[in-house]
Amino acid sequence: MDFNVLGKLSLSAIPYDKPIVITAVSGATLLALVILGLITYYRKWTYLYKEWLTSLDHKRIGIMYIILALVMLLRGFSDAILMRSQQSLAVDTMPGILGAAHGYLPPQHFDQIFSAHGTIMIIFMAMPFLIGLMNIAMPQQIGARDVAFPFMNAVSLWMTTAAALLVMISLGVGEFSKAGWSGYTPLSEKQFSPGTGVDYWIWAFQIAGAASLMTGINFLTTIIKMRAPGMKFMRMPLFVWTTLFTNVLMIWAFPVITVTTGLLALDRYLGMHFFTNTMGGDMTMYVNLFWIWGHPEVYILILPAFGIYSEVVATFSGKRLFGYTSLVLATAVIMILSFSVWLHHFFTMGASPSVNLFFSIATMMIAIPTGVKIFNWLFTMYRGRIRFTTPMYWTLGFITAFSIGGATGVLLSLPPADFVLHNSLFLIAHFHNVLIPGALFGFFAGYYYWFPKATGFRLKESWGKLAFWCWMIGFYLAFIPLYVLGFMGMPRRMEHYANPDWQPYLIIAAGGTAVILLGIILQGVQLVVSIKERDSLRDLTGDPWDGRTLEWATASPPAEYNFAKIPVVRAIDAFTDMKEQGTAYQRPDRYEDIELPKNAPHGFIIGLLSFVLGFALVWYIWWLAILSFLSLIATVIARSLDDDTHHIISAEEVERIENERYEQLASAAQRRPAGEEPFPELVPEV
Amino acid sequence: MTTEVSAIDSVPTEEFEHHDAVEIQIFGFWVYLMSDLILFSALFATFAVVRNNYAGGPTPKELFDLRYLFGETMFLLFSSAACGFTMLAVHGDRKKLALVWLAITFLLGLGFVLMEINEFHGMVLDGSGPQRSAFLSAFFTLVGTHGTHVTFGLIWMAVMIGQVIVKGLTTPVRSRLMRLSMFWHFLDVVWIGIFTIVYMMGVI
Repeated sequence: MDFNVLGKLSLSAIPYDKPIVITAVSGATLLALVILGLITYYRKWTYLYKEWLTSLDHKRIGIMYIILALVMLLRGFSDAILMRSQQSLAVDTMPGILGAAHGYLPPQHFDQIFSAHGTIMIIFMAMPFLIGLMNIAMPQQIGARDVAFPFMNAVSLWMTTAAALLVMISLGVGEFSKAGWSGYTPLSEKQFSPGTGVDYWIWAFQIAGAASLMTGINFLTTIIKMRAPGMKFMRMPLFVWTTLFTNVLMIWAFPVITVTTGLLALDRYLGMHFFTNTMGGDMTMYVNLFWIWGHPEVYILILPAFGIYSEVVATFSGKRLFGYTSLVLATAVIMILSFSVWLHHFFTMGASPSVNLFFSIATMMIAIPTGVKIFNWLFTMYRGRIRFTTPMYWTLGFITAFSIGGATGVLLSLPPADFVLHNSLFLIAHFHNVLIPGALFGFFAGYYYWFPKATGFRLKESWGKLAFWCWMIGFYLAFIPLYVLGFMGMPRRMEHYANPDWQPYLIIAAGGTAVILLGIILQGVQLVVSIKERDSLRDLTGDPWDGRTLEWATASPPAEYNFAKIPVVRAIDAFTDMKEQGTAYQRPDRYEDIELPKNAPHGFIIGLLSFVLGFALVWYIWWLAILSFLSLIATVIARSLDDDTHHIISAEEVERIENERYEQLASAAQRRPAGEEPFPELVPEV
Repeated sequence: MTTEVSAIDSVPTEEFEHHDAVEIQIFGFWVYLMSDLILFSALFATFAVVRNNYAGGPTPKELFDLRYLFGETMFLLFSSAACGFTMLAVHGDRKKLALVWLAITFLLGLGFVLMEINEFHGMVLDGSGPQRSAFLSAFFTLVGTHGTHVTFGLIWMAVMIGQVIVKGLTTPVRSRLMRLSMFWHFLDVVWIGIFTIVYMMGVI
């Protein structure tokens, strides 16, 4: 064997002969260079390093998670545009363009796109988005000053970023997996996928999976151990409940995907035989293991959104949530049932009818607690004084769209129907119809709802509403035709097809994607316009929506310590209770010193090293893999030697910050709401 | 308006303001151990599925020597016992004694790892490596994952010996020792599962 310092890596790994890929790569590289150039030009490197990259503040970590999610949303959505446009062109009767036999994408490229789209949207868009929102809102909602393990929180963030970077770099160096986002064996085995693609996929999953597991442990501990006095379990806001259940699911499910991708790596790297079709390997075992993680993962994505909808509905209906207890119980039931349905992803694999029956019934049963929730939200709105703000728009859009998606899921849960519809576009339509309203719309609702809390100013409502309508209309246009195509027999993941009857529907779907693109552009415009006009959109009170839970008791953006004095909770909707009692803005008798974690660079370094480790493993650069792994361990040890991890904010400093806040509150009380406020702002009694 | 104040309890705020950092760390570590248990259970399940897939290769009866494994097991169990004595010394504030027991724990753990490496090495040399059959892939992965955990525990222990010498038995050091001992006993429990399911059930 000849030895190469760079392992399998050589210049031929760069796909300079593929114009579409190289355009995308140069575009992304150019954008990155412009951003780096701007940071250098404005001399912001020190600021960036001191205030963000090394920050252990849960609110800042949350913001960085959401930035990552939005960037990856753009990448994942670009993949969607490519797929939809390819399929609208790739009927066999039409000639291909740009050198492709059909449409404009060659099959090798198309396969990478759908694999990347799924991986990115689930692991690098939805996961960072929901973890970011949890980071911003959850500790404040339970009246805590930080999460249980602030340092581990930073490690999670930077490892997730490293894994996302690994997927991004696969675009320009080598290739990404062509085996689908679920990486079924034996296709993903070395014999059938000898390239680097599956390896990129494996290490991205491994690194991001470990990061998610750490988040799960961190947040579960935070909720169990750090609630404010008086916040009993049955007084926690619904978002805290769903965060709790989501993190239990993360702790239960993520070790399984670590094992699954780990075993696949052993097959590929060391020639073992877990999932091969020779030497006793069992490829169906892979499918089982993957979905034992994969199905709970669906609920990891959806439950936090359910929590956000619950908060939004209660706030903008001006009412306590209808059936709080039943909502909590329904969520708990969903959490438990989510582990008993994984086989419905492969009814057709050949299990006995009685096994299929068990999983079919379990799947249908999930619809019951989910239905309970829908009625809870509807009854909360019933006779409420509803304010139609953007978060509320997304919630209402979700309720209708998600009901349709849920109903098609019950249809698919019948094994005989599934035998007909399995692997067809009907399935694609179904899971986009539950995941886009059930997860993404919820994250958008949370983004609009908590944006003023995180940044100190609101997003302009008008642009947000336009964007919402584009998303809604585009969503239905893009996915309803796929249901029809599924019934017409069109399989998923087709790079080209012979049946011209399918083409009109695919063109409509592509049009829907274009409308969604318009929605995304409008969201971008909204963000830019709102940043420019932030002075008139400023939230001086910390409570722009007349909120009901504790995160609205802090300033916007909150002080580093969130609460100068930890609040005492007496009811569900603790902040509404305080406002009614007139204690919401009470000054404490005296302030005390507050201990908070010091910033530390180790989290960022660990992220960097895990990226290098992943890259070295993908390209078989063994010396670099060993070096980066040893450096990782050394970094962890170095951190563990440091016992001086906290700094003290003195009582005087706290008093100064709080006095500023009270001045701000007083000025807000005098200033009548100006501009585009949809409702009179709450005037706090100071 | 509709806020229901179900029970107004007057909790003195100060009692809650200082969360006990050590308690939080230990709770978090428990949760981590439970997640690690799921990792192992996935590996156990994999092993159970392919444990008879020999692909014409060697079977457990030909491979495992229970007497050797009994010795290996004793190393780990006595290491765990020594770890218990370490913690007793830590609670009694006896730094030197704690160090002695910690060193004994380390050496016994090291003995276990060396015996395991020796066993693996012999199997690979005999042509019964992890590439030979699905059964052997699962065997090496399950047992090897446990061995890797023990190795990381040894690195951790070495760091802790250094910390006890340099820093003494401070609160953070005690908290880390406490978690290390939880980790060490946990690995014992997993090993009992491996010994029973992989080795004993394989030979019988």
